[in-house]
Amino acid sequence: MPAFIIAEKCDGCKGQDKTACMYACPNDLMVLDKEIMKAYNRDTWACWECLCCGKACPQQAIDLRGYADFVPLGATCTPLRGSDSIMWTIKFRNGSVKRFKFPIRTTEEGSAAPDGGFANEAKLDSIELYTEPASLGAAVWTYKK
Amino acid sequence: MPMNFETVEVTTDFLIVGGGMAACGAAVEAAYWGKQHGVKVTLVDKASMVRSGAVGMGLSAINQYIGVTKGTNTVEDYIKYVKYDLMGIARDDLVANIARHVDSSVHLFDKWGLPFWKDDEGGYVNEGRWQLMINGESYKVVVAEAAKNALGMDNIYERVFVIEPLLDGDRIAGCVGFSVRENKFYVFKAKAVLAAMGGAVGVFKPKSTGEGMGRSWYPPFSTGSSAYFTIKAGAEMTCQEVRFVPVRFKDAYGPVGAWFLLFKSRATNAMDEEYMATRRSELANWGKYGAVKPIPANLRNYLGMLDQFEGKGPLFMRTDEAIANLAKKYEGDEKAFKKKMKELEAEAWEDFLDMTIAQALLWAATNVEPEKGSSEIAATEPYFIGSHSGASGAWVSGPEDLAGGTDYFWGYANMTTIKGLFAAGDASGASSHKFSSGSHAEGRIAAKAAIKFILDNNTQPNVDAAVVEALKAETYKPLEIFEANKGYTTTPEVNPNYILPKMFMFRLQKLMDEYVGGFSSNFSTNTKSLNRAMELLTFLQEDSDKLAARDLHELMRVWENKHRIMQAESHVRTVLFREETRWPGYYFRADYPKIDEENWLCFVNTKYDPQTKEWSVFKKPVLNLFNVD
Repeated sequence: MPAFIIAEKCDGCKGQDKTACMYACPNDLMVLDKEIMKAYNRDTWACWECLCCGKACPQQAIDLRGYADFVPLGATCTPLRGSDSIMWTIKFRNGSVKRFKFPIRTTEEGSAAPDGGFANEAKLDSIELYTEPASLGAAVWTYKK
Repeated sequence: MPMNFETVEVTTDFLIVGGGMAACGAAVEAAYWGKQHGVKVTLVDKASMVRSGAVGMGLSAINQYIGVTKGTNTVEDYIKYVKYDLMGIARDDLVANIARHVDSSVHLFDKWGLPFWKDDEGGYVNEGRWQLMINGESYKVVVAEAAKNALGMDNIYERVFVIEPLLDGDRIAGCVGFSVRENKFYVFKAKAVLAAMGGAVGVFKPKSTGEGMGRSWYPPFSTGSSAYFTIKAGAEMTCQEVRFVPVRFKDAYGPVGAWFLLFKSRATNAMDEEYMATRRSELANWGKYGAVKPIPANLRNYLGMLDQFEGKGPLFMRTDEAIANLAKKYEGDEKAFKKKMKELEAEAWEDFLDMTIAQALLWAATNVEPEKGSSEIAATEPYFIGSHSGASGAWVSGPEDLAGGTDYFWGYANMTTIKGLFAAGDASGASSHKFSSGSHAEGRIAAKAAIKFILDNNTQPNVDAAVVEALKAETYKPLEIFEANKGYTTTPEVNPNYILPKMFMFRLQKLMDEYVGGFSSNFSTNTKSLNRAMELLTFLQEDSDKLAARDLHELMRVWENKHRIMQAESHVRTVLFREETRWPGYYFRADYPKIDEENWLCFVNTKYDPQTKEWSVFKKPVLNLFNVD
């Protein structure tokens, strides 16, 4: 289906200013049903399986059921995304399990300074972009005839 | 569905339309120069920036890094690589401009917090000559964060889908769009606008037509909005005939780059023949482009396709053999061997998990262990992008120091032929292989030039209120059509008075696939087929007046398809115009089956006149600016 919501786990992001999956989905697929306070994927044929929804879900309430037109049933691929790394649990159809952990960022969340700490020497009329040449580490190339 | 929509007017100086890599680069650059010179900058995104655009899921590699400081590669090397990969058709000035700045963007990503693979000396790890390995799950999150910090959330509009440009004579004046969540119609007035809304997916029929059609190689939410916006503004377009057909792991479209470049895997057919070796002589039919290394992507595709057309498929990535070769040197040392195997396993899985989770799920669901057996690869359906080995997009000015004095320069880098309208990323053409990092750099280039343009032309263009009202009515017309006609039948999907966007899209995809060289016609077409496609497209264009929507979400799908069809039409017209076959692995003109350097080593450009609705298609020369051959 693509991304689906486990009814029992979803609490509709109660009490928060935005529903996490609804905020994250780049294709505007997740919708909160306010009557039952649970989200759902409104168009599973348009789901990219990017799992941005599942990675953002505070309740671990979102999972993937592979595209039914070519993926056999029985496998799962579940992320647990922290502030600096992501843990993946992959369950195979035959029952075997693999776990991986990968880093996702080296700095504190929210701390990305636009200049990256590089000094700016560029001028509006120069060929350098903002933070160049420091961020480039060299002079900006131009063609010498 | 209530029909009262509030009009929200936003007046700014520089408007960035899009939220992907190019738009994020533009935001960082424009925020700085804007602050210095009192220029207001606003960004509008169809989704939310943290995960919007083609990099939203993540990436496992940065595909453009020159490494100028290391001194191993030069900007000229990159121009040569791009030009040959596109069979001679690329703009030297644009490719050079991106290449000379791209390392700066990559170094910024590093500082912002994107994890790079590092070697023992702390240097980047290359996947191939131009590619760097990253732990890229949060690539877009990090890049968007810097952009948001630069602009401030007060200047960012999310979940607003920009659908039409506004013009004041020959100058851009802004655009209109609608909120996909609230009953709000947006009018943006700006002195300069950057189009950075990505490429076009879903123009051709996808190979998976059930749920799996969501599993496009490029994101399904890139729907031709850049092309539509620039075409409708009357901007000259280029390379609209160049579509990109990637070869990927079959069905889930997992990346093959790491397997080919990092793990040095071979690809073979059902008879265990390596098509790159057995069909090598075919390369001689494609001029000097068949003789270079790396072999152009479309020619590599083509050799594999020839095997498949002859029934020698499926094609396999020999993952087992590649892993065995990599682990070979540790044999005899069991501990080191086990460690290496574990490392390779994690690398292989991360490659998918970072950027194509569906491929990891497919491997798990089919019990694939890459060290024990091969996996199928196949050509996908065609896509339209200004990056990778695609090239379609707006025809933009080069920078003065590289293009001045030639036909490639008209005042401001990355400005289209419409005053004040800029394009970057998948929206700008003839500058292929910019990928994520180059798109970011190109967004910066365009933004800096746009600020300069604003300071030189510091007047607010006029927006005709009557035009805005007409566009507002046009925007919401599909909702009214549904309301007015829904009572006629008892099945909302079937009603002779309207067409819903999903079926409209299927109609477009079917005709493109069958007549314009989609996968089911072996990527081949000819004059008669293309003329038939134009007839069917005309019917479809006419029926677009009857598109209906039941809610705001479906209204978004309506407009996405109005955008797609414009990309489709410009493609058909330019494929028809170019009477040769230049990129056989992307499409084949069966009535002109050979490359024709004498007559067609040129750009094919188009222009649409928004007043008369007429198209012109014409040639533009390929200039050799830097003596790169």
